Amino acid sequence: MHSSSILPGKIHLPLFALLLITARLPAFAEIDLTGSWASVSQGDDILLLADYTGIPYSEAGRAKALSYSQSQMSVPERVCLFYPQTQLFGGPFGLRISKDTAPDGKVVAWTLAGWEDRAPMTIWMDGRPQPSKNAPHERTGFTTGHWEGDALVSYTTHMKTGFIRRNGAQHSDQAALTIHFLRHGDLLTLAATLDDPIYLSEPLYWSRSFHQTRNQVEQLDGPCVQGDEGVEEGVVPHYLPGQNPFIDEMNKAFHIPVVASQGGAATMYPEFRKKIKDGFVIIDKCTRCGGRGPGPGTGPPPGDSSPPRR
Amino acid sequence: MRFIGMPDTTLVRSSGLWLAVAGLLIIQALMAAQTRGADAAKPATHPDLTGYWVSVVTTLDWRFRMVVPPKGDYFGLRMTPAGVKIADAWDPARDEAAGEQCKSYGAAAIMRVPGRLHIAWSDDTTLRVDIDAGTQTRLFHFGDWKERATDLTWQGDSIAQWETTGSGGLKVVTTHMRSGYLRKNGVPYSENAIMTEYFDMIRESNGDVRLIVSSNVDDPTYLQQPYTNSVQFKKQPDGSGWDTTPCSARW
Repeated sequence: MHSSSILPGKIHLPLFALLLITARLPAFAEIDLTGSWASVSQGDDILLLADYTGIPYSEAGRAKALSYSQSQMSVPERVCLFYPQTQLFGGPFGLRISKDTAPDGKVVAWTLAGWEDRAPMTIWMDGRPQPSKNAPHERTGFTTGHWEGDALVSYTTHMKTGFIRRNGAQHSDQAALTIHFLRHGDLLTLAATLDDPIYLSEPLYWSRSFHQTRNQVEQLDGPCVQGDEGVEEGVVPHYLPGQNPFIDEMNKAFHIPVVASQGGAATMYPEFRKKIKDGFVIIDKCTRCGGRGPGPGTGPPPGDSSPPRR
Repeated sequence: MRFIGMPDTTLVRSSGLWLAVAGLLIIQALMAAQTRGADAAKPATHPDLTGYWVSVVTTLDWRFRMVVPPKGDYFGLRMTPAGVKIADAWDPARDEAAGEQCKSYGAAAIMRVPGRLHIAWSDDTTLRVDIDAGTQTRLFHFGDWKERATDLTWQGDSIAQWETTGSGGLKVVTTHMRSGYLRKNGVPYSENAIMTEYFDMIRESNGDVRLIVSSNVDDPTYLQQPYTNSVQFKKQPDGSGWDTTPCSARW
């Protein structure tokens, strides 16, 4: 019997040293993202029509948005229309993330469970190819993923035209969504890039954070039931160019000039503030705070699981 | 049975393992050096955050960052009664008169103020972040740096360390901040606030490099729950566009 063989009661010195050392090295293994993640959205979930601030719209994108009437959501075939995956950054809800593994333990797919108004996102990790560019586009889109260091990176294509914001700001069906999942302990930040050659002049960058929670994030409502919401059959509510009556909503509510609320790449950057500074007047009293005026109870929207103080 | 001229495979295996051990020891030594003081701080295997960065404001909180929100607009925040009392009494003219127009440029708020960052190493253990908006400077101290126990400052004391798990970015914990405003319209944070930030770099397919700063402000004095948000910056090739401006209580 060899002295270097591994036997009960004996130690293989080099192997033992190797184990000791590797035990101390930082792990660059895949990060576990499973579980429930509460939304900690502390931005503005008040959606005013014609608020496209910070969206790098092209002229085509702006024109498309301004043609939109909110009554389109009442057209029977659109009542139960899901939002696309971009709703992850516009919606108020938390995340429930799970993974499917093969018998050998490899992760085949990560899944972000759906909301009442957003279809689930399945992130395929098994190396399957993107569908043909001529393949059908779905509300879910088609998503593949890979790891860059300790960050999961997803890439979604084949989406239908959908909302960037629920106020009618839209992306085209040629848009692609890339998301970096950045985990720091119980804090998960999703940093996204929306590329859209039709409606955006630059990529639209988003980031949004979530806290891990022991409370399971669930869908908030049952299945959508289509009903009559008063729009006549065959009618598509819309506004013709120059006729959107809500174009100055942001100005009325927050003194934000129309040149800002109509979006465009320039509105994303600090220099833009100089353009609107001189005409801006602070509002002395909040009148459009969504009924969430000052008080200890103000906070994230209903259904939002806020993190406990740690 | 072993034939003459054939290598002792056991010996080869064993030598290989010892070589692997030696290699790992060298790697560990390098990594240990990185987590001690100086060499430690500068990026060898960590993201290089140095350079110029510009804010990119794209989300629905645009109106809270690019302009001054209305008095009394506290949407999305849970303040304590003491916090609400202070916010309701917000008066920019009074702040100006008191020489406190930098209250919304403190560490807990400054990364949300639209502007440019210049990040550079000021020495081997200190990462310096200059901010043109409000002409502020933050110092991220690595290694064994001790927090000052005396004066509170707008930017407080920041202890930094590279993360070895998670996204591998930079973690910064800031304390000893002067009481200031989380939002321009007087939403307060107290000198007891503790802010934890994570800095992550992302390289986009179009060549853009993005810096994501996720932060969590915990302040039991004025906030019923921690204030969590994330903001983003885009890497700039140089300092063009750098525009130092003084603090303003009204803009």
